Amino acid sequence: MRGISFDIAHMLAGTLLLLSFLQLYQDRLYALLNVFALHALALALSVAWQAYVQDAPHLYVTALIALVFKAVIIPVALHRIIVRLGIHREIEKVVGVGTAMLVGMGLVALSMVVMLRVTAEADPLAREDLAFALSVVLLGLLMMVTRRNAVSQVVGFMSLENGLVLAATGAKGMPLVVEISVAFSVLIAFIVIGIFLFRIRERFDTVDVQALDTRRGERQ
Amino acid sequence: MALIVDFAVQGAQMLLVLLLAPLLTGLVRRVKARFLRRRGPPLIQPYRDLMRLMRKDVVLAENASWLFRVIPYLVFAATWVAASLVPTFRTGLLFSWSADLIAIIALLGSARFFQALAGLDVGTSFGGIGSSREVMIASLAEPAMIMVVFTLALIAGSTQLSTMAGYMLSPEVGLRVSLGLAALALIMVAIAENARIPVDNPATHLELTMVHEAMVLEYSGRHLALIDLSASLKLLLYVSLIACLFSPWGLARPDAGAEALAIGTVSYLVKLAVGGVLLAIFETSIAKMRVFRVPEFLGAALMLGLLATLLLFVSRSL
Amino acid sequence: MTATLALSCTAVLLAVAPLAIIIGRSSSATPVVYGLCLVASVVAFVAAVVHLLGASVQVRVTLPLGLPWLGAHFRIDELSAFFLAVVNLGAFAASLFALGYGRHEDAPSRVLPFYPAFLAGMNLVVLADDAFTFLVSWEFMSLSSWALVMAHHRDPDNLRAGYVYLIMASFGTLALLLTFGLLAGPDGGYAFADIRNEQPSAPLAALVLILTLVGAGSKAGLVPLHAWLPLAHPAAPSHVSALMSGVMTKVAVYGFVRIVFDLVGPPAWWWSMVVLALGGITAVMGVLYALMQHDLKRLLAYHTVENIGIIFIGLGLALAFKAHGMAFAAALAMTAALLHVFNHSVFKALLFFGSGAVLTATGERDMEHLGGLIHRMPQTAFVFLVGCAAISALPPLNGFVSEWLTFQAILLSPQLPSWGLKLLVPGVGALLALSAALAAACFVKAFGITFLGRPRTPVAARAHETDRLSLAAMFFLAALCLVAGILPGLFIDALAPVVQAFVGARMPVQIGVDWLSIVPIAESRSSYNGLLVFLFMVISGSLAAAAIHRLASDRLRRAPPWDCGYPDPSPVTQYSASSFAQPIRRVFGTVVFRAREHGAMPPPGDQRPARFEVELRDPIWDALYAPIAIAVGFAADRLNRLQFLTIRQFLSLVFAALVILLLVLAIWP
Repeated sequence: MRGISFDIAHMLAGTLLLLSFLQLYQDRLYALLNVFALHALALALSVAWQAYVQDAPHLYVTALIALVFKAVIIPVALHRIIVRLGIHREIEKVVGVGTAMLVGMGLVALSMVVMLRVTAEADPLAREDLAFALSVVLLGLLMMVTRRNAVSQVVGFMSLENGLVLAATGAKGMPLVVEISVAFSVLIAFIVIGIFLFRIRERFDTVDVQALDTRRGERQ
Repeated sequence: MALIVDFAVQGAQMLLVLLLAPLLTGLVRRVKARFLRRRGPPLIQPYRDLMRLMRKDVVLAENASWLFRVIPYLVFAATWVAASLVPTFRTGLLFSWSADLIAIIALLGSARFFQALAGLDVGTSFGGIGSSREVMIASLAEPAMIMVVFTLALIAGSTQLSTMAGYMLSPEVGLRVSLGLAALALIMVAIAENARIPVDNPATHLELTMVHEAMVLEYSGRHLALIDLSASLKLLLYVSLIACLFSPWGLARPDAGAEALAIGTVSYLVKLAVGGVLLAIFETSIAKMRVFRVPEFLGAALMLGLLATLLLFVSRSL
Repeated sequence: MTATLALSCTAVLLAVAPLAIIIGRSSSATPVVYGLCLVASVVAFVAAVVHLLGASVQVRVTLPLGLPWLGAHFRIDELSAFFLAVVNLGAFAASLFALGYGRHEDAPSRVLPFYPAFLAGMNLVVLADDAFTFLVSWEFMSLSSWALVMAHHRDPDNLRAGYVYLIMASFGTLALLLTFGLLAGPDGGYAFADIRNEQPSAPLAALVLILTLVGAGSKAGLVPLHAWLPLAHPAAPSHVSALMSGVMTKVAVYGFVRIVFDLVGPPAWWWSMVVLALGGITAVMGVLYALMQHDLKRLLAYHTVENIGIIFIGLGLALAFKAHGMAFAAALAMTAALLHVFNHSVFKALLFFGSGAVLTATGERDMEHLGGLIHRMPQTAFVFLVGCAAISALPPLNGFVSEWLTFQAILLSPQLPSWGLKLLVPGVGALLALSAALAAACFVKAFGITFLGRPRTPVAARAHETDRLSLAAMFFLAALCLVAGILPGLFIDALAPVVQAFVGARMPVQIGVDWLSIVPIAESRSSYNGLLVFLFMVISGSLAAAAIHRLASDRLRRAPPWDCGYPDPSPVTQYSASSFAQPIRRVFGTVVFRAREHGAMPPPGDQRPARFEVELRDPIWDALYAPIAIAVGFAADRLNRLQFLTIRQFLSLVFAALVILLLVLAIWP
């Protein structure tokens, strides 16, 4: 029971938590996207390790989706959209870094207390992984609540979802993890597109592509 | 017989840290220079600098007090005693029970206390800048360090460094989340305490970027030599601390024979070299932070330490 | 025997007070009064120490004073003996200091009669063995210290300080009155022996804890009831400030320990959470307040608040361990707290004496008008430095030992079963570490700005050294700091009987340990040897000095300061107290005190000086005291209308009161 495999699972879950705190600390958009890419990478590694330990090959697919979609495609796409739309690169915060970190610590303590009391009969090591996953979810919510920038709120939402995937894979034998994660990713893609449609509409008063066509630069 | 061997080992350790400290500083400077595409000073340049400074006259400000003249010796004594108690090539030092990790940190704290007083002694504004910034940095770095000590003590079951190092060598330790968080916090604190980029620039001459250099601006001659040596000793102490706690492989046990001691010494030298090169790479690849970003940096280290301790309080296996 | 001896010393002190009134005008009044107090405190100290180390017999004395059916009970047990020793050690040092310092007092007739009364009051509180005597002595102590605070009554700041002090002291005594009322129960047995036999129910015991925290805590200086302390302690003459900060706060701690650890019976575990939380907040708030001050005595007074926080953290841990039955860990925590009680009384008294010496030499308390005093007052500077190093918890002095023991107690607390404590104790540990680091910063500022640098005003440049008796008192306390730091085992063993009586266990015997280390739990776990650390530092420092002077060079020459090539001749350009605290004020003060800095620069060419203002708001004053003051004022205004009623309305008031009383009598079952 107590062996190197559980230690590695804990370390990966702990890394995910650490990266969530690191996301709270950032105050520049590009750095935030890089940290989020690392976050998704850590999630992919964690899910892959669970696939190896639980001998569940369908989880490898989940890991691959997380790696390709969230660690590569979304950060690169967001990066290019930020450049193209000229979004302000510093993240305005509602509360300072110190206060956010203190509240984050409180949330971690809260999730540990809740998880370790609610799941009293379960396997003790899985409980701690669940507690970490709940902390990541809460920290993602904290990020969404304390940031004024739309991109950082999207990143917060995605890291929240990473926490949910972590919880789902930690609990052995949860069906449809792959399907659920694909569905979530599509949902996120729609949210991201929606946010930028709003921005476009604010800037140009329309999302009609034909009207936008006349604004293209090289057209004579 | 065993007592004599222990005495010899403790004495060898004290001499070793004193002799190796300038070499480590020289290595860091040379690697940094190489990364900046300069040739860099020779590795033994810090020894030459110390010898040169020792032979020069001390030029003392007219209104410097007796405290100003005594402080370099106090700082050196405190740092040397602290450095002698950190296991380098062998655990189980003879006098390790006289000061545990908390006492070692407090000794470094007293060195810093007197250093800050020295900055205020001559009554210049540079000294004031250095001292006030230094105490601000210390007010956050020391609690972060204490939380790291708590984490390590809760895992190893003792605050004695030799016992901790011995525990880290044993197979029971495992990969633990709290250890990872504590390692990260310790590295952040070590950077801050040794006045390295991104917290402070050890090579600067600009007032805006000074913390440590501003405090020792009025020192010269043998006093300056002692203060530089103390700073190198402190760097060596922190690198040895990180090495013995988080990469203890190769450390000889207390009852080891001559062969194990030789292996321990060689592995220690390798760890120092690796630590120095990694520090140089890190310093070259990152910019110095604004002074008022440092509290956020150290606050993050404090939070990491607190999180690690909290996890240990909540569950012993974390 | 020891109890009668202690009581006789107290009686002597009480007799000296009217003597001081009688001989007040003559020039020999000061030495006579302080000399007699000195002798009385030495005898009482010796009696207390003898009782602590030797006799374990609890001696009880009953005098036919006070309430007729109760009498006045006095008893000396281990706790009383320890606190009696602390009180009289402080009294001895203060009387010795005052023999020199008192000569500079301009209103001796306002100070001399109340000083022995103050000492007597403190001794009586510690010796009291029934609630009535305790409360009377407590009030007597408060009133005599109030009179001492009002000694220099022409200064409006002192008037305000005395007013606030009187209100808070009365409020505290009211809380303690209610406490003892609850403890005594409906049958009214006020003797402590009777109270011990009565076990109050859980809600009553909780109420007793809250009231004790309010009553004893306000006298000790727990946040948020600390507001009187930084006003009153600096206003009194310096030897009295030392006693108020160093000793009277400890008498309040004695009251807390006596009630919560002894009289109220077995504690509930959640009490420790309240005490720990209050202790942690007090420690950090106290030191943050201290960092923002530039008045030397007010800085020291706020710093007392921080140390009281540390003591209460230790006491909270002891309560937690005791409530869960972990007697050994409770012994460690309690020893740490009590050792800090002793250490703090020693170094805080030393620091206040130093500030008194500076006040006499320069007439200034404001650090921003001082500087360079190390050249003019070298011996005072040296002992003040020892006090600063001790209070910043630097090895090998005594402050480090009690802090180290507190950390060791925190490291034992993961074994506590309750969740609330598991989450609270790491946070309190972080707060303790933060307050220790900030305390070092505070005392670098206090010593550096006052004694180092260049004199900022002519009075600082003309200062002179203090007289020998004051210096003797300060050197005695500094030596005690060093001894307690090097040989802590002796003091820990002396505390063992106290701890044994109140938590049921004691720390392992320290005297026999090799090389005089202290081993709080087990040799394998942790140990500390102050003597060896001190010796190592001395040896390595001297070795370095000797080697360098012999082998390298020992030449020295003087020159103007380097200052990067642009030395500024004016001493005003060096760092002042507020500039030194600016980084910390910016990091912590903007959040806690809403600190704002306003700089007004005149345009170029204009010769007017620039203005720099720092605005700090005390959050506790704004949130707690100001609303209460406004509410009380409002209610008082409304009630004031009762003064202006007509005769018919007065008569109807009397009539209504009579009718209501008769109704109550009719309805009451």
